[in-house]
Amino acid sequence: MVESSVHPAAGTAASKPYLQIVDVVKKFGDNTVVNHINLSISKNDIFALLGSSGCGKSTLLRMLAGMETPTSGRIILDGEDITHLAPYERPINMMFQSYALFPHMTVAQNIALGLKQDGLPRKEIDERVERMLDLVQMKKYAHRKPFQLSGGQQQRVALARSLAKRPKLLLLDEPLGALDKKLRQQTQLELVNLIDQVGVTCIMVTHDQEEAMTMACRIGIMSEGQLLQIASPGELYERPNCRFTAEFIGETNMFGGHVVEDEPDYVRVQTTELPRPVRVGHGITGTLGMPVWLSVRPERVGVSRQQPTAGGNWANGTVHDIAYLGGFSIFHVRLDTGKVVKASVPATRWREEAAPTWNEPVFVSWADTDAVVLTQ
Amino acid sequence: MMSRLLSLRDSREAASRGARRPTWWQLLMPSGRSLVTAIPYGWLLLFFLVPFLFVLQISFSEVEIASPPYRALLTRAEDVLNIALNIGNYSYIFGDPLYFDAYLSSLYMALVTTLICLVIGYPIAYTIARAPEAKRNTLLMLVMLPFWTSFLVRVYAWMGILDNEGLLNKACIALGLIDTPMPLMHTQLSVQIVMVYAYLPFMILPLFSNLVKLDGRLLEAAADLGCRPWETFLKVTLPLSKNGVIAGSMLVFIPAVGEFVIPELVGTPESLMIGKVLWMEFFDNNNWPMAASVTIVMLALLILPIIYQHKREEKALARAAQR
Repeated sequence: MVESSVHPAAGTAASKPYLQIVDVVKKFGDNTVVNHINLSISKNDIFALLGSSGCGKSTLLRMLAGMETPTSGRIILDGEDITHLAPYERPINMMFQSYALFPHMTVAQNIALGLKQDGLPRKEIDERVERMLDLVQMKKYAHRKPFQLSGGQQQRVALARSLAKRPKLLLLDEPLGALDKKLRQQTQLELVNLIDQVGVTCIMVTHDQEEAMTMACRIGIMSEGQLLQIASPGELYERPNCRFTAEFIGETNMFGGHVVEDEPDYVRVQTTELPRPVRVGHGITGTLGMPVWLSVRPERVGVSRQQPTAGGNWANGTVHDIAYLGGFSIFHVRLDTGKVVKASVPATRWREEAAPTWNEPVFVSWADTDAVVLTQ
Repeated sequence: MMSRLLSLRDSREAASRGARRPTWWQLLMPSGRSLVTAIPYGWLLLFFLVPFLFVLQISFSEVEIASPPYRALLTRAEDVLNIALNIGNYSYIFGDPLYFDAYLSSLYMALVTTLICLVIGYPIAYTIARAPEAKRNTLLMLVMLPFWTSFLVRVYAWMGILDNEGLLNKACIALGLIDTPMPLMHTQLSVQIVMVYAYLPFMILPLFSNLVKLDGRLLEAAADLGCRPWETFLKVTLPLSKNGVIAGSMLVFIPAVGEFVIPELVGTPESLMIGKVLWMEFFDNNNWPMAASVTIVMLALLILPIIYQHKREEKALARAAQR
């Protein structure tokens, strides 16, 4: 499963991969935290490892930084095997989750530390620090100590510090996790622009799917130490390859059932949660009668008072709950089978008629291309 | 957000409740907070400042065969109130090289003790602070364990070790390392050994409590930026533990300057330390004013550098805040 999702992505990268993680395993005692991960990342990519806490994404990142050593497997960066290099020997820099700025040094000293370690001449260090401060617009604060900065300013200093050495690989550990929501949204794109401007290959770890989808060009979904799917944000959302991904990324309605009709251009899936078989407008590789799940995103589900005419993908129920969110509302419709279907309906839908209210009988429906069939 | 609103409301209510009370009540009745802080202030006032003023006063008086054996500063002759400030004690201290030498040798002993304690104590404190939490308490307990035994008993134990007939010499002779016993007892070295032993926990404990707070991610960040372990220690760990080093050094240095028991029991009769001088002035010569003056000079020697350091730090903080 992992293999199949790695290869097409690696193919689109065209040139040979810049960073290769080959069959990496990390065990703490009997506990396997990272389980046979294979991953290739091309140059100047921004890649996000997305998963809930404890899924092994941070451990994988720490192995890249050299703070943990893999139990088995190899890590190859730009043709060089770095699996067993110490952190201070790697051409990799990390921006820590809580920034880990040195409290006893000024902003400029924090940024200069890595350059001094490289033994650069003083003049060049000063120039580079200056340029970094310019880049993150912190020139005014060069002589402040970290505790005199706001969270957003600290984040920028941490970024400048991790970029100053011009690393081959930049690691971001929950880069915006310590900022409040409003600032986080502003900073996401700013951060991507900065990384693009510098032109550095970047791997970030986050549990925030919005952050991953905004910032990364490719995302790897991790769960229990395994990479379940690697794809672009759009692909992950529209074509998840398993139930975990479908439920982890965004909201969805999941129906369990089995295939009752298998034709080249469509299949029908019978489920106990819907009154009649669902027609799916594309073929699947599988056999008649095999158990499958159907995932239908809430925004694909329509709500109406009249019985939908075309197609068979509809069911009747009553409005159980409404979450009014301004631009759109989430209708929770309880079907006669007892299943609650979520439908996200834009406010513009209710121009001609008033929106249905609590306990009103309604129909839910979706087009036959809207459901995704998941086999695992 | 909610809790902030709530606390805002609480404080407003408290303010309006306060406003309803008469002003004299507010003036006379201290708030709960100032009552709590009054306790340490009161303690220091009663048991530090007042006795200090007594000592200061005695240091400016003269010896008299009386009880207490000094003349009062204030005397009343008919309607004239006389204040007699005798500065003779101080001029005597600065004039007689005996005192100067005693101060110097005390400061020197205390300084060496502090440095050795720092060199030995830092690695111990660092190891304990970095140890897994379950082990940490056991190790700390081991550091504090000597306190369970009386201080005097421990000094006598050292005498048993360092004596010519002591454990150390006997062991060395038995092993054939030496033929005649090394003269360890009643030397500067024995004083130094026992002082380091006695004051080591006072260095380790503040250092530990500082180092245990050190954020491990800072060490990782330093390694990430290219620092080898010893460079990380010099550039991150050591500067960040500065306050622990200062606290530990003061806890060792200050009592070590006035140390009396250890030089008295294991030291040489020739090397006069200021604690011994104090003892002699007070008990042998029965010269309370002189003893008080010696104390005041010692206090000045210890406190002035501390005040200077404190002021400098305050200034540095203020400067940093301005920028």
